[in-house]
Amino acid sequence: MLLTGQANDLGVNPIETTNRFLGDTALRVLLITLAITPVRDITGYVPLTRFRRMAGLFAFFYVCAHLSSYLGLDLFFSLAKLWKDIVKRTYITLGMSAFALLLPLALTSTNAAIRRLGPKRWTQLHALIYPAAILAVIHHIFMAKGFQLMPLIHALILAFLLGWRMVKWLRKNTHPGA
Amino acid sequence: MLIRRPPGYTIKENAVTPRAAWLRRREILAGFAAAGGTLALPRAGATKSLPAMSNYPPLKAAKTAYSPSNPAAPWEAVTGYNNYYEFGTGKSDPAKKAHRLTTAPWTVSIEGEAEKTGTFALEDLIDFNALEERIYRHRCVEAWSMVIPWVGVPLAQVLQKFAPNSRARYVQFFTKWARKEMPGTLWPVLKWPYREGLRIDEAMNPLAFLAVGVYGRILPNQNGAPLRLVVPWKYGYKSIKSIDRIVFTQDQPETSWNMSNAREYGFYSNVNPHVDHPRWSQASERVIGPQTGFRGALARRDTQMFNGYADAVASLYTGMDLKKNH
Repeated sequence: MLLTGQANDLGVNPIETTNRFLGDTALRVLLITLAITPVRDITGYVPLTRFRRMAGLFAFFYVCAHLSSYLGLDLFFSLAKLWKDIVKRTYITLGMSAFALLLPLALTSTNAAIRRLGPKRWTQLHALIYPAAILAVIHHIFMAKGFQLMPLIHALILAFLLGWRMVKWLRKNTHPGA
Repeated sequence: MLIRRPPGYTIKENAVTPRAAWLRRREILAGFAAAGGTLALPRAGATKSLPAMSNYPPLKAAKTAYSPSNPAAPWEAVTGYNNYYEFGTGKSDPAKKAHRLTTAPWTVSIEGEAEKTGTFALEDLIDFNALEERIYRHRCVEAWSMVIPWVGVPLAQVLQKFAPNSRARYVQFFTKWARKEMPGTLWPVLKWPYREGLRIDEAMNPLAFLAVGVYGRILPNQNGAPLRLVVPWKYGYKSIKSIDRIVFTQDQPETSWNMSNAREYGFYSNVNPHVDHPRWSQASERVIGPQTGFRGALARRDTQMFNGYADAVASLYTGMDLKKNH
């Protein structure tokens, strides 16, 4: 859009269209990333795990694009305005916190980082995706006007994906050796 | 027995690309490119497929002095980008789905504190030979604005026909709830039917307007056909669409957005750059149209008190705390 200037292809409010699209996509790719483990468990198709890190990076890419479009197109790169928004508007606070949680995960997404941290500590660190996803979903719920369905659908999907892990964890810990 | 060992470079017959697909290979590649495009970019707005202005019957309307210096938004913006949650919460949903609403015949029920009450045909409410055009600024609570040429009659003229009595301190409006034609109402995004209200002196202010047309044409359904309110000094959601019920009341009436979130949406909802929406600033607004392209996308301007109509309406609120009564 920026390069071609064909802004009208995105409707009469291209900035809003762009920002909404990037935010929706970031959240959905994040949910897809979180769905990989349950789908692997259900289907038993282990090679899926290989795509998990890549999917996470795709999600982070859209998160960055969403943040840039808000920062650049909405705030015209005013850091003062950004800070005011973060402090004053709850949904911005939540969104920025989710970004802050995802940033170290993206930075440690290389094989070298896994080796350096050790698989156990790396896995512990990457559990940050759970609170990040929760914050992202609440960010979406809080920015919607009225009582809208789509943010709730996202929340429901996330609840299922996290619930799956919870049940798995409980089973593992209540039946040692099983 | 002869065992044929195919050389390593051969491939099985069933792996060969079907001839039909081979002949279409360029189209298929183009298809992939297009799919990649939709993945990377937001989908185009609905503006392209909108019915042209000429599809709507013209209305005869007298020009008036109500005309701001700012140029009007294009027809495509006015009819292709707006909120009408009864048809979905997306900005292009109304343009896509509102055609389902049956707008003729149309009746309006007049109730409450007035001498004449009952059900009236649209034609009995509105004198289609006395229409006027008013070009108003329209400021949405979501911090965007358009300049729109409405066609209609002053609200006071219509309300006075029913001789509201001395107990009529407020007037409430309802949008028709046509369940089968309004897919957005399957879910309670807001309290249906949509309702709005004005204090009676606000309603009788010469600026308050009932529109039956836009751009010299009959109102498209997405803009609130066949009858909508236009109160340009208030946020857009006060200008209720497709009105089928008007009630004169003694007490301040319920309004849908206020019921949904009283902290964010007050009864008055006057455009006020000094009182922020709890979730965003109201100090400035994005101007939709008339500029297009890159410059149009970035166009902003400072929001004015009462949306620039302070001269006409500020006296209605003398002595009121507009932060408390937002």
